[in-house]
Amino acid sequence: MSDSPPVAEHVEHTEHDRPELRHHFADEVQQRNAASLGMWWFLGTEIMFFGGMFCAYLIYRIKYFPEFAVASRSLDLKVGALNTAVLICSSLTVAQAVRAAQMGKRMLQVKLLLATLFFGLVFLGVKAYEWDMKYQEHHIPTFDFNAKNLMQTPQDRHLLGLDKISDPVELRRKEAEIQQRSQIFFSLYFALTGMHAIHMIVGVAIFSVITWMAWKGRFTPEYHTPLEIAGLYWHFVDIVWIYLFPLLYLIDRRPGA
Amino acid sequence: MSEHSGHIVPSKLNWLIWAILMVATYVTYRVAQIDLGLFNTVVALVIATCKASIVVLIFMQVKYTSEKMTKAVLIFAVAWLILLLFLSLTDYSSRFAG
Repeated sequence: MSDSPPVAEHVEHTEHDRPELRHHFADEVQQRNAASLGMWWFLGTEIMFFGGMFCAYLIYRIKYFPEFAVASRSLDLKVGALNTAVLICSSLTVAQAVRAAQMGKRMLQVKLLLATLFFGLVFLGVKAYEWDMKYQEHHIPTFDFNAKNLMQTPQDRHLLGLDKISDPVELRRKEAEIQQRSQIFFSLYFALTGMHAIHMIVGVAIFSVITWMAWKGRFTPEYHTPLEIAGLYWHFVDIVWIYLFPLLYLIDRRPGA
Repeated sequence: MSEHSGHIVPSKLNWLIWAILMVATYVTYRVAQIDLGLFNTVVALVIATCKASIVVLIFMQVKYTSEKMTKAVLIFAVAWLILLLFLSLTDYSSRFAG
């Protein structure tokens, strides 16, 4: 019983000396690991969230391969690769910003975080450009969707099996089927890239706050957990794109296949 | 540096990872345009998995973390994902076979 006053004194001392350390943690290492682990649990649920959509995509890709291949070819490969590069650059600036915080370099942190926001916004801008192209090509499901421009080149017609059909009735039936099946590709394309873009918008919002905090000098070599766990989220969103790029853009790009 | 700031990844390593990721993106972009038959998809996914792995290990610092649970959460999340994809695909591939 007699040792309760010293405990209270100890807590008071801790809060005064180390304002970032919450009283329910033994030390900074435990506090930091707990925060980081919380983010990892969240990312685990995110893997399952995106996993469901990836699974739907894989099933339909196997089932309707020719339609998915020609629909995938209508996406701009160079623009997709460019966006992959932009996200990789943003991941580097995040990793370097965490490093700058660990070394207590405030202005370097702010510059790197602004670069991250810049890359994030470039990615979203390029995405908007791509979606606009899809709109102009009538490739947005249900909104005046038209798959006619997927069945024009001899290569596409061969893959879809249209070149072997001579009966006009059968040809119309087949074209209607392609219209439906390619719509499934674009539904999944917009669901996956759209959900990824929402994550990017959330990431930009989080990093705007993080940049402001860095500007205010909130992060020290001892305490920069918000920056670190926001960085984990950003890298995760980058990884989702690392898989989306080959799965959506590179289904069948072989010449003359 | 103080012990609670975590492991500081050398700047050179971060740049090296960036360079590898950029080169891998270029390689996957070029290889996709060469006819490898079924292996086009395999190569694309192997490259993507390598890229994702180095991001997780270095940029997300899983290689350096003192928290063992982080690795457990990561391994279990990936295991559940593989289970989801594997079981669903075996089901669907056998369903439409007949």
